[in-house]
Amino acid sequence: MTKTITIAHGNGGAENNELIQKIFYKHFANDILSKSEDAAVIEDGRLAFTTDSFTVSPLFFSGGDIGKLAVCGTCNDLAMMGAKPKYITCSVIIEEGFSTRDLEKIVKSMKNELEINGAIVVSGDTKVVPRGSVDKLFINTTGIGEIEHKNISASALTEGMSILVSRDVGTHGATIFAAREGIELESSLKTDCASLYPQVKALMDANIKIIALRDATRGGVSAVLNEWARSSDVCIEIKEENIPVQEEVKGICEMLGFEAIDLANEGTFILAVDKEDELHALDVLQKTHVTSAIIGTVTALYKGKVLLNSSWGTKRFLDLPTGELLPRIC
Amino acid sequence: MALELKNLYDDFRDGETIKAYAEIIAKDAKKLKNPINIMEVCGGHTHTIMKFGLPQLMPDNINFIHGPGCPVCIMPKERIDHAYILAMQPDVILVTLGDMIKVPGSHGSLQDARAKGADVRFVYSPMECIKIAQDNLNKKVIFFAIGFETTTPMTAVLVEQVIKQKIPNILFHINHVTVPEVMVELIDSRDVHVDSYNNRIDAFLGPSHVSVISGSKIYDKFPKDYGRPVVVSGFEPVDVMQGISMIVKQFIEERCELEIQYKRVVNHEGNLNAQKLIDTYFEKIDLFRWRGLGNVPESGLKLKDEFAFLDAEVVYKNVLPLAEIEDHKLCICGDILRGMAKPPECTIFGTVCKPTTPIGSCMVSSEGACAAYYKYGNLL
Repeated sequence: MTKTITIAHGNGGAENNELIQKIFYKHFANDILSKSEDAAVIEDGRLAFTTDSFTVSPLFFSGGDIGKLAVCGTCNDLAMMGAKPKYITCSVIIEEGFSTRDLEKIVKSMKNELEINGAIVVSGDTKVVPRGSVDKLFINTTGIGEIEHKNISASALTEGMSILVSRDVGTHGATIFAAREGIELESSLKTDCASLYPQVKALMDANIKIIALRDATRGGVSAVLNEWARSSDVCIEIKEENIPVQEEVKGICEMLGFEAIDLANEGTFILAVDKEDELHALDVLQKTHVTSAIIGTVTALYKGKVLLNSSWGTKRFLDLPTGELLPRIC
Repeated sequence: MALELKNLYDDFRDGETIKAYAEIIAKDAKKLKNPINIMEVCGGHTHTIMKFGLPQLMPDNINFIHGPGCPVCIMPKERIDHAYILAMQPDVILVTLGDMIKVPGSHGSLQDARAKGADVRFVYSPMECIKIAQDNLNKKVIFFAIGFETTTPMTAVLVEQVIKQKIPNILFHINHVTVPEVMVELIDSRDVHVDSYNNRIDAFLGPSHVSVISGSKIYDKFPKDYGRPVVVSGFEPVDVMQGISMIVKQFIEERCELEIQYKRVVNHEGNLNAQKLIDTYFEKIDLFRWRGLGNVPESGLKLKDEFAFLDAEVVYKNVLPLAEIEDHKLCICGDILRGMAKPPECTIFGTVCKPTTPIGSCMVSSEGACAAYYKYGNLL
């Protein structure tokens, strides 16, 4: 560990993992936490329990805002464990001088998203701190959900299973970069920020046996696939050309030197199913997003690794993103 | 039809075209009398070659050697220390481009300085410094300028604007370097361990973006005086494959020429306005120390003396140390950059030296040879 915390320690990639393992897990270790799932499974597998904090800049962006994110993020963590989101807490830290009008806009946006999930806010907390102590507004949400599909786990992947993605990847990260001061790109790009429970419910209603499910937030698709490959000790082989990416996202990645599969998403998940379920699952997913796709398969070639196959016959490993996501120089 | 970004790269990543070039190269390579070692001078090319797995498509007698062309990798520790020290000065905002923030000096990286409270910002364009300066009139904004011929004109434009608009609070720390001088150094490289010339560079793949500014003319002397063909090539995989194919053809046909693969933008003369702008504000320095390579004559630029009032190295000379700092003893970046070794031949590659804890220059930026090997080719 480095002596001080840097931005890279919050990247959802290698440094973030190191921080969690070497500081938090070291002292908090217990059987539930060590499973390292999106949400903790508690009460004999009946409930899922999770928390998340939101510190995005800018607060309002194309297709969403910090409030929508704060509800989607926590509800999606519950949905990723096959749970229906039910009870949410909402804790806000507000910088002195923040506009009440903007605050109400954000809270209204949270309310809309809660309705989509069928969840309610049952407790909360408000703190106001002197100007400069936080960047405008931070929100923490904690959620409890009722598990409807048991045994979803990142450690359950075995050879032959199929890997799907629920829609095109990288739009949230690309939208945020395009909206940042200094870039100011003209773009029609919108964040993918959305509640995922409706899609998970559709998969469950169609009797798809969900093996693993995870929303590809910070660290993007790369981080999820690497975590699965490691947790299940398998190789995940991906066909690069099958990964759906919008043209505008590709363009922004080209300009800034990023890869879409490393960018954050807020409404995109990766799904592992048995081979015989793949077409049925794809059919269900495509009812919400036509861009959803089968992107790969689980093999035993390089255990613990993600292998990317190009359309011209070359192979490379897909690594966890490292460091702060910074634009390349030339 | 409006030109979209898509048009700039889509066809240049076409799987069928890449495969077709691989077949042409494989067929032609059978006619070669000797194996050829091609140095891609620029880190952008290294990144493309590794990211798209191009070495896997090459026949055994064609070999890539990775050059020193990454502006972040070549920065010696003492100059990174300058950035760190300047960032820690009271009432200073240190501004630089992307990856530079991650490079460790002897006190730490700029990222570490920021974690300790320094105001360090990265920008997409140097011109953003003007807004930062206007918003912070009680502070000095120091632009830590880095890069090859490609980024130098942008710094020159900022210098021009600072002077024209009489902006009182922007200073420059100039670290701009030039490609042809270091190529000469590499050709002349002597392996100090065995006291012989043993670099294996047979031909160069020249970076297209440098020649967009400087023209292909900067490479005229390499075929003529040094017997090394140069093909100025774009950065997409199809561009690189075509560039390699053009080099192979030169060897078969026993030609030694300067050719342009990237004809869609590059010409022999380059952007004369940009060149004039650079000449207005900058001049060559006698020696610039490259991390891993040492002092290379006339390979760096500085602000001309008449603009010394804008030069942070002059204004802050009392706090900036002059001593050189050597690289880690086990690091063989110098040999890698000279084409004498490949990253996996280094004993600390991937163990002590990783992108998260870089020891040598080639691991520090995503465009460095070691970082590219680590990320894209560590086992395959």
